[in-house]
Amino acid sequence: MSASTAPVTTTVTGWGRTAPTAARLIRPRTYEEAAAAVRECGARGGIPRGLGRAYGDAAQNAGGAVFDMTGLDRIHAIDADDGTVLCGAGVSLHRLMEVLLPLGWFVPVTPGTRQVTVGGAIGADIHGKNHHVSGSFSRHVLSFELLTADGEIRTVGRGTPLFDATAGGMGLTGVILTATLRLLPVETSLMSVDTERASDLDDLMARLAGTDHHYRYSVAWIDLLARGAATGRAVLTRGDHAPLDALPARARTRALEFRTPRFPAAPAFLPEGLLSRTTVGLFNELWYRKAPRARTGELQRIPSFFHPLDGVPHWNRVYGRGGFVQYQFVVGHGREDTLRRIVRRIADRRCPSFLAVLKRFGEADPGWLSFPLPGWTLALDIPAGLPGLGAFLDGLDEEVAAAGGRVYLAKDSRLRPELLAAMYPRLDDFRALRARVDPRGVFVSDLSRRLAL
Amino acid sequence: MKDAFGLPQSLLVLGGTSEIALATVRRLIARRTRVVWLAGRPSPALETAAAELRALGPEVHTVAFDALDPGAHEEVLGKIFAEGDVDMVLLAFGVLGDQAGDEREPAAAVRVVQTNYTGAVSAGLVAARALQAQGHGSLVVLSSVAGERARRSNFIYGSSKAGLDAFAQGLGDALHGTGVHVMVVRPGFVRSKMTEGLPETPLATTPESVATAVELGLRRRSETVWVPGALRVVMSALRHVPRGLFRRLAL
Repeated sequence: MSASTAPVTTTVTGWGRTAPTAARLIRPRTYEEAAAAVRECGARGGIPRGLGRAYGDAAQNAGGAVFDMTGLDRIHAIDADDGTVLCGAGVSLHRLMEVLLPLGWFVPVTPGTRQVTVGGAIGADIHGKNHHVSGSFSRHVLSFELLTADGEIRTVGRGTPLFDATAGGMGLTGVILTATLRLLPVETSLMSVDTERASDLDDLMARLAGTDHHYRYSVAWIDLLARGAATGRAVLTRGDHAPLDALPARARTRALEFRTPRFPAAPAFLPEGLLSRTTVGLFNELWYRKAPRARTGELQRIPSFFHPLDGVPHWNRVYGRGGFVQYQFVVGHGREDTLRRIVRRIADRRCPSFLAVLKRFGEADPGWLSFPLPGWTLALDIPAGLPGLGAFLDGLDEEVAAAGGRVYLAKDSRLRPELLAAMYPRLDDFRALRARVDPRGVFVSDLSRRLAL
Repeated sequence: MKDAFGLPQSLLVLGGTSEIALATVRRLIARRTRVVWLAGRPSPALETAAAELRALGPEVHTVAFDALDPGAHEEVLGKIFAEGDVDMVLLAFGVLGDQAGDEREPAAAVRVVQTNYTGAVSAGLVAARALQAQGHGSLVVLSSVAGERARRSNFIYGSSKAGLDAFAQGLGDALHGTGVHVMVVRPGFVRSKMTEGLPETPLATTPESVATAVELGLRRRSETVWVPGALRVVMSALRHVPRGLFRRLAL
């Protein structure tokens, strides 16, 4: 084995920095090295990992192997006429944007960070601000190559059980090696953004339901510390890629330039409790006040519209050593009462959450463990050290499950396993497929152990 | 697996009839624990404890385990770990002994020390190796403030806990970075069967309070937990009291 793939035993956590476990980290650079890593991963199995942006324990494997897939970082082919790209699973969306934007193409779906790999995007079947229009990431995946437990490399096309089990399958069906994606044509690298304020949750939901279809991208930042009449007040930012003629004449020659701001990284050691009710309350108040009541057609760069936090490397450190939990759930249309009740419970509980986001999902995609459902999704960050948080979130899970909703596995680090089958009705199919494709249980993660996936 | 709050799904108790341990287990069952192994000397008390826990919902097994038989620890614990991951091992066995009697009868004193210290070193090392192989888990060791500074009234017990405490601290450092977390719990006077009839010292606590502190410590991945927390300050002051004065303190 070459030096680059020599395993290193190290402790691994997700982006939320909770529940560290030890694993051998192996970074394959070729298909052969990947196949060897899977073959030799030992009794406690292995799990592929990308850039470690899953919040919980999805890309950890205590006592076993973790395959760091960022070594498969080649972009193999771009069809600039048809708008498709064939690339290694370890290529980040950031890299794709750097390469594709000058050619007039954009990734079909981007989450709140560019620092995710294509393999991870399929494994978590990620969604973005355009879900109501474009669905989740897997909708734009034409095919991928999957290294399965038997050491075979299979080309997996849309509409097959293996495709649907892998899209959202959290890396448990095998290691994605390459993928072919369909891209979105753009004229510029700028966004034309409309911003407006909503005075409370009902106002917000009415605005999202009423006019979301006018926009390709739509999201609302929601102030979960506001109470009383202001409960659920929010700032909506919605927009689309700016057409060339929206740019001032001078800027049109550099219309497809992709620049990313970069601020100093968050320091490695920050005290806990930096994000308290007081500081977060203050931040939320300012954030809400600073947003214009209504502004249309503002030109924003891609990073500031989609990925504001990517500018601060290691921003997850602001939660201190104790880390944080991200809670994201979805409930279907017609379940607005559940959403209202949960928002009220969170506001009454005074969770210091400064990054809460509400979004209306469109049609679901066929991935068996894919998260999105047509309906409402709310995501919020909470310091893990908040007293009584575990029991509080268990209570929210009950409401979500009773309403036919679910929580997002890519963010989960604490779900009660008993609720999983109710949230994901295709779970049995997923388990049956894994039993068939991976009878020895080679692909295992802390998430799959914790939830018996 | 433990969740983001350090709550275990499976739990092994060494010293399965300890009241502190059982209070802790009950608390963790109310959270996430679904599999419990109660290891101890076979007795009706062990079976009763298991039956009571079973009524709360989880799968509960009892296993014959004797702290005084270190030769068997490898095999006993090995069988448990072979059944599946153990997210937390609670090392809870220990005897108080009878200070006056033990001073007269060295063989009895040795038994106290062998249980509390030698047995714990053996079981602790065996458990640590198994946890390290699975790459995760917490080893929670019930120490005592009695080990912080030996007192005239129970220095045999105190010295055994001092040894245990030092051992567990070192083990925690040895396992740092292996995914295994070692937490030393130092309760003060706990009102329980073990201390029945003994005069209470100030800051006395209950098994339930120790359980609460353990849950909190798991969430924070603490290395040392005092119960109640104020004992940390009290004991750090007492450590520095001159011998002549300490001897005369009615502790």
